Amino acid sequence: MDISPLFFYLFAGLAVGFSFLVVLKKNPVASAFSLVMVFFAFAGIYALLEAHLVAALQILVYAGAIMVLFVFVIMLLNADVPSFDVGRSTLKIRLGAAFLCLILFCIFVCVLKDSPLPISDKTFTPEKIAAQGGNTQVISELLFSEYILPFELTSLLLLTGIVGSVAIAKRKLGGSNAN
Amino acid sequence: MRIEPWVVLSFCSIIFFTGLFGLIVRRNILVILMCIELMLNAVNLTFVTFSNLLHDMTGQMAVFFIITVAAAESAVGLGLVIAMFRTLRSVDTDSIQLLRE
Repeated sequence: MDISPLFFYLFAGLAVGFSFLVVLKKNPVASAFSLVMVFFAFAGIYALLEAHLVAALQILVYAGAIMVLFVFVIMLLNADVPSFDVGRSTLKIRLGAAFLCLILFCIFVCVLKDSPLPISDKTFTPEKIAAQGGNTQVISELLFSEYILPFELTSLLLLTGIVGSVAIAKRKLGGSNAN
Repeated sequence: MRIEPWVVLSFCSIIFFTGLFGLIVRRNILVILMCIELMLNAVNLTFVTFSNLLHDMTGQMAVFFIITVAAAESAVGLGLVIAMFRTLRSVDTDSIQLLRE
């Protein structure tokens, strides 16, 4: 793949380091801010892989909207109260999970390293994308022609999500639905 | 020096399994939701890698829809977290045991 090794390893190292911090930090606010750094590193890798629209969406939607939602909920639940201190899982579970993940990761690496490269029929080479007006234009044209039905269904999904989250978060204990 | 595709895909699987590890080990439900986001991001990067490798735009279209679903999922998930905190005054997953009693 023709991507700059320096930038790839920089962003990949950042992403791996901060994703470990997400899992290991005890404070959820620290986890949330590590997750923001992971999202920015991912956006850099998307840009290296010439997926410019996806890189922009990553920053707008993930680092912008979703993380603001997370931090907002953490602040709303008041992270200082003692009930926010949760126990940690037992050593047996932690060792078991680490062993499972390590074994699965080794299997993945072995399979990926030995498998042959997929065959490409060269429909969207970088030159062709540039001739058609760039990554964003190509994706937009596909979105409003070939993928118009999933795109419209997405709006239905988002509407359901809005209504559902408001209905769930608003409900009071005891069944009274006042205010 | 050239980056081989398997290096990028292995990087995706590192992030994915870090998320899986956190999902099993952590007991704070907010961090569990964050680990799900990590796993979704690893899958997105795999899609983009194959899109780049095969010169095919379908992968990036899939990422577009996954991002939308992830946004809806985290909105509903955080709504559930708020409902859970109201009911149990806790964000510990081990305190969800009403059915056991």
